[in-house]
Amino acid sequence: MSENTNILVVGIGGQGVMTATEILAEAAIALGHDAKKTEVAGMAQRGGVVSSHLRFGKKVLTPQITPGTADVLLGFESAETMRWQHMLKKGGITLMNSSKLVPPVVELGLFDYPEDPIGEIKKGGSKVVAFDATSIAQELGDIRLGNTVMLGAIADHLPFGAEVLLSCVLKRFERKGEKLVELNRRAFEAGRAAVGAAEAASV
Amino acid sequence: MAALMPAPAASRLLLSGNEAVARAVWEGGVKVAAAYPGTPATEMMEVVSTYPDIYAEWSVNEKVSLEVAIGAAYAGSRAFCCMKHVGMNVASDALMTLTLTGVIGGLVIAIADDVGLSSSQNEQDSRYWGRFAHVPVMEPADSQEAYEMTLAAFDLSEKFQVPVILRMTTRINHVKSLVTVGERTTHVGAGFKKEPGRFVMVPGNAGKRIPLMFAREEKLREAAEISPLNFIEQGSDKRVGFIASGPAYMHVKESFPGAPVLKLGYSFPVPFEKCRELAAMVEQVVVVEEVEPLVETELKAQGIKVLGKEILPRQGELSPNVLRPAIAKLLGETMPELQSTAALEVFPRPPTMCVACPHLGVYYTLSQVRNISIAGDIGCYTLGAGHPWNALDTCVSMGASMGVALGMDKGRGESDKDKRILAVIGDSTFLHMGMQGLLDIVYNKGNVTVLLLDNRAVGMTGGQDNPGNGRDIYGDDTPRVNFAALVEALGVKKERIHVVDPYQLPVLFRTIREEVKVPEVSVIITDQPCVLVKDYHKLKPFEVIDDKCTGCGNCVDVGCPAIHVTRRGKEVKPSGKEVDLAFVRIESSVCTGCGLCVQPCAPKAIVHHVPVSPIKLVKSCGV
Repeated sequence: MSENTNILVVGIGGQGVMTATEILAEAAIALGHDAKKTEVAGMAQRGGVVSSHLRFGKKVLTPQITPGTADVLLGFESAETMRWQHMLKKGGITLMNSSKLVPPVVELGLFDYPEDPIGEIKKGGSKVVAFDATSIAQELGDIRLGNTVMLGAIADHLPFGAEVLLSCVLKRFERKGEKLVELNRRAFEAGRAAVGAAEAASV
Repeated sequence: MAALMPAPAASRLLLSGNEAVARAVWEGGVKVAAAYPGTPATEMMEVVSTYPDIYAEWSVNEKVSLEVAIGAAYAGSRAFCCMKHVGMNVASDALMTLTLTGVIGGLVIAIADDVGLSSSQNEQDSRYWGRFAHVPVMEPADSQEAYEMTLAAFDLSEKFQVPVILRMTTRINHVKSLVTVGERTTHVGAGFKKEPGRFVMVPGNAGKRIPLMFAREEKLREAAEISPLNFIEQGSDKRVGFIASGPAYMHVKESFPGAPVLKLGYSFPVPFEKCRELAAMVEQVVVVEEVEPLVETELKAQGIKVLGKEILPRQGELSPNVLRPAIAKLLGETMPELQSTAALEVFPRPPTMCVACPHLGVYYTLSQVRNISIAGDIGCYTLGAGHPWNALDTCVSMGASMGVALGMDKGRGESDKDKRILAVIGDSTFLHMGMQGLLDIVYNKGNVTVLLLDNRAVGMTGGQDNPGNGRDIYGDDTPRVNFAALVEALGVKKERIHVVDPYQLPVLFRTIREEVKVPEVSVIITDQPCVLVKDYHKLKPFEVIDDKCTGCGNCVDVGCPAIHVTRRGKEVKPSGKEVDLAFVRIESSVCTGCGLCVQPCAPKAIVHHVPVSPIKLVKSCGV
């Protein structure tokens, strides 16, 4: 089992977590891997917690990642990235969108949003790369590009080249016109660059 | 959905268990497929409806869907029916007699058990239906098996003229894995042949079928003994051998790669001889099955020594992090220290209603009405039990709001003698199983105010079409139920029926307040569509003028996720009472202008949003 790669993608319903994981799975399959993708989504369409598991390698049996064995944690939202830290293996890496989505229970004053999620995650000792994927997407003109920004962010932390993943992303937009393909290409590269820059800064 | 060109044979596709079953249904030459939506089963029928040359339908409930499938199978055609676990409870009346008549064309019933309760009111083990109805059960362990077993189930169904249950779980339905698909075979039905002794189940006829059913069960057990779906995998570590089915098989293989395993794919009737064969190979046997100890109990009754629920939980999934410690303990081994650290503490993030959901107005209003008990039902509106509304007091089963409300009315205790009783139910749930309950309230002269939330969709499962919105599974026009006329026909007085726009809070409030006072049944129908379906049209978004916001928090109580608190404060009222303040902003990029929050805003701080600079919108770029 240890030869399999375990990637955990987390966020909230509506952010495109499940689609992002599916594109990652498609890339793994394109390279000849066996792959399984599974979610604990619940009533995810309603803004609840979503954690999507991808395992790929020679042969995958159990679809879900056992706590403490994820190689990469790709977090679409700060507090959600914190919530799933225990899934990461020792020496694993967290790639996270630093932006926050505050739920109604916090707005109502029933719970507090953690003051410093990145700091809390760092306390655990794992490597964290944080960047503002939401702002990057907004600057590119559409918040919905955030999903592709996140895929760009993980592109250099996979056991295969970024090109395969990029082509799987762009394939999704082929039928929607060249303009969208180009926008997503830029979003992907922007995510890649953001992670690269954050890593360079932390060295 | 329009029929798509199916992927060619021999394609290797990344499919969910649901998609894999749908592909097999099409390949197997099924003529009729029927279902009522329910997580995690919904996508099976959605995907079936995209294939050509097959009739698919959303039925009004699971019992009707099974009956439709039965009719097609009696006519000699292959038929398919699918549902979530609780749906089978509804359909079971038909199943329990179907087992006596048997089928002509193959009939497969796929039941999706929500093991782990990701989206259900309970956890059930549908393999019980196999035992109860004496019909075979198959349990796939991944998408490839879901595909193959669906095809095998049709063959078995026709060979023994028996309906076959395909028992799936969320971890099969919603997991995507690779499937190699095949060719479609056509299957021409023989046509219905009258055979009253078999198809008319009156006592004299039915009694004669019962011994045949038992004889069939023995034949089915013999078939299970030699089925390639049940096989033993050798292993070098003979301390523990496993008997496993469904997704638990994968977890066993992952956790104990060296152990001998009997994989049960065709798991009922249980192949006892195969189990004895495994038991003879190993020191001890552990049965790994989700949820109930069914195979385990039957093996013990056969005198086969096995362990099961003594060491494994009866609730939830049997994943490697559950199995490994249990087996380590059994073997007296010390479990290698878990690599995982304790989870960090983060606030809960329960599912919420959508921005501008028409139910928001209803629950905001209900939260303002005093001295009421609210019997609820199954759907998005069950979320009304949560914050900030706390305006739903019961949730049992589909349609239960009606009967429960009547029972609350008739069974009043001393403390709720003056309570007003309300029932809240959605359009699709009402048509599924609520109509009968309302008739019961009318017939028995109950004092219940019914809120029928017609949002023209089966919202919680993804906005499927239903008789309430006038579209069939293909999106084609079909007669639309007139709810006002329907409830009137059930006997509700015309003057007690109100159709109200749930975005008009004063009207809604007044109507509810007036109707709860009337000591007879009233029905208040709300008539705005679910924001996720195509009938919904967005309006101009709102924003908050910061200077004008007094922090009263009234808009926060509406519960719309587009409203965010920017800062909090405290204020001492002239009476000396200290109140909390919550100043807000509206996320205008997601606001669709329903106007619900505008209405309780006393300082009129919420106005239409004026973009500072023209925003360049990229259309349909959602990933």
